[in-house]
Amino acid sequence: MDPMIRLILAQGMLGLNNGVFYAMLSLGLAVIFGLLNVVNFAHGALYMLGAFLALILYSYVGQWIGMADLHIGFWPALILAPILVACFGMLIERFLLRRLYKLDPIYSLLLTFGITLVLQGLFINFFNASGTPYPGMPESMKGVTNLGFMMFPKYRLFVIVFSIVVCFVTWFVIERTRIGARLRAGTENPELVKAFGINVPLMVMLTFGFGTGLAGLAGVLAAPIYSVSPLMGANLIIVIFAVVVIGGMGSIAGAVITGFSLGLIEGVTKVFYAPAANTVIFLLMVIVLLVRPSGLFGRQG
Amino acid sequence: MSTETMIKPMLKIENLHAWYGESHVLHGINLELGEGQLITLLGRNGAGRSTTLRSIMGMVDRREGSIKINGEEFLTKPTHKISPDARIGYCPEERGIFASLNVEENLMLPPNVGEGGMSVEELFEMFPNLANVRKRMGTRLSGGEQQMLAIARILRTGSRLLLLDEITEGLAPVIVKTLGRVIRDLKSRGYTIVLVEQNFRFAAPLADRHYVIEHGEVIDVIEADQVEASMDRLNHYLSV
Repeated sequence: MDPMIRLILAQGMLGLNNGVFYAMLSLGLAVIFGLLNVVNFAHGALYMLGAFLALILYSYVGQWIGMADLHIGFWPALILAPILVACFGMLIERFLLRRLYKLDPIYSLLLTFGITLVLQGLFINFFNASGTPYPGMPESMKGVTNLGFMMFPKYRLFVIVFSIVVCFVTWFVIERTRIGARLRAGTENPELVKAFGINVPLMVMLTFGFGTGLAGLAGVLAAPIYSVSPLMGANLIIVIFAVVVIGGMGSIAGAVITGFSLGLIEGVTKVFYAPAANTVIFLLMVIVLLVRPSGLFGRQG
Repeated sequence: MSTETMIKPMLKIENLHAWYGESHVLHGINLELGEGQLITLLGRNGAGRSTTLRSIMGMVDRREGSIKINGEEFLTKPTHKISPDARIGYCPEERGIFASLNVEENLMLPPNVGEGGMSVEELFEMFPNLANVRKRMGTRLSGGEQQMLAIARILRTGSRLLLLDEITEGLAPVIVKTLGRVIRDLKSRGYTIVLVEQNFRFAAPLADRHYVIEHGEVIDVIEADQVEASMDRLNHYLSV
């Protein structure tokens, strides 16, 4: 194989690996924005919370309950941590955000920004700001697979496939099922949906929980790859917002496709001019905002 | 003028007041109808007819008075409990078809509220136009198709009390005629119906009783058999 093509494919795979996190996080943001009209700035912090929960389950819970040998591993964490993050998200919605729906959306943005600072502060206080490696990577996921053009870590391949499945299932549920139809209808005319006998406030709470759960899930998936640090979400959230702006606020498919694509573009850019890799997304954002302000997949007007 | 019904009232509204924010829109509405009856709410735009329906559905900011359905008080119920507990089907002004849902999704949206709802196939038989556009998105339907969908949607759920707001508005005469047939059919099937109508010629042959609403109050009640004798009065109320 031509070395250049091989290089592009390899960087593309690594880029795709970042792309899955962009996709999952912007998907959660899109779900929340679509139904609640809330820009959840805390999304990055909830991603961080998911990663920390995985770490805590593995390294600390055993000690806390006096069973030092107990390490709750990656697979249980992959289920438990998103559920815990979702519950935390639902508490935020039920007791804080719900009070702000009648006000300008800037208030909910400020609230979620505040929650971000509180969460980051707490974790910096109890852990260190520099980051801790996650020791719970399952044995079965260690090692590499030969993709033909590169040796690729097994775990990263799992993350890519798993995330694609999660994104597809989420898209399917929202766009193709009756529950999804209720959500979409609730976005358009919540008052009428309520009058039809659907408990819209409950639906909103569960949706917020689901969106934040996705962030938690992404956090657990990220834990074995990146080090678990209180600021890991803060670094990512800016890119995620750029992804959401490029894809179009509230578009489910747009968020997913844009997330994966931008990861790829970022990766491939590294081949040609590495220093531009971090900027290319923002450059694209500027172009999209100028040419198509509602985003690539957003509804015009 | 008499508001007495021989049949036990299914819906009985007493001294209903309603507000949107600070604005006091209904000023003590009284009306009642028995099971299987059809009443119309007549009046000019902004008189409070649609707000009366929205108040029954809990879609106003504040309500006072009493709304009894089959003897049970509904004024204090949360909005999402009203339709299932009272078996009400509500067809809002402007039809309320969801743009991001296709015909089938719109049709399946409201949860069932009781036994005896019509099957999807029965509904497509009743409204053959809809059968051909099952997968079309809500916004891409004609006004007539949207209206039929809005009615079909509530017949699927097993509702027994139908609140229909301005269903003929903006539709071609031939579709208005079809809707007339549908309403007559529904009445013969025993549905109880409240019809808000601007089109008196459409409403007159269907109704058991007409309530004339002005400035958020019922100012006249005309039984079906008194309509001819009351034409002058009606013309006066309904003239713009």
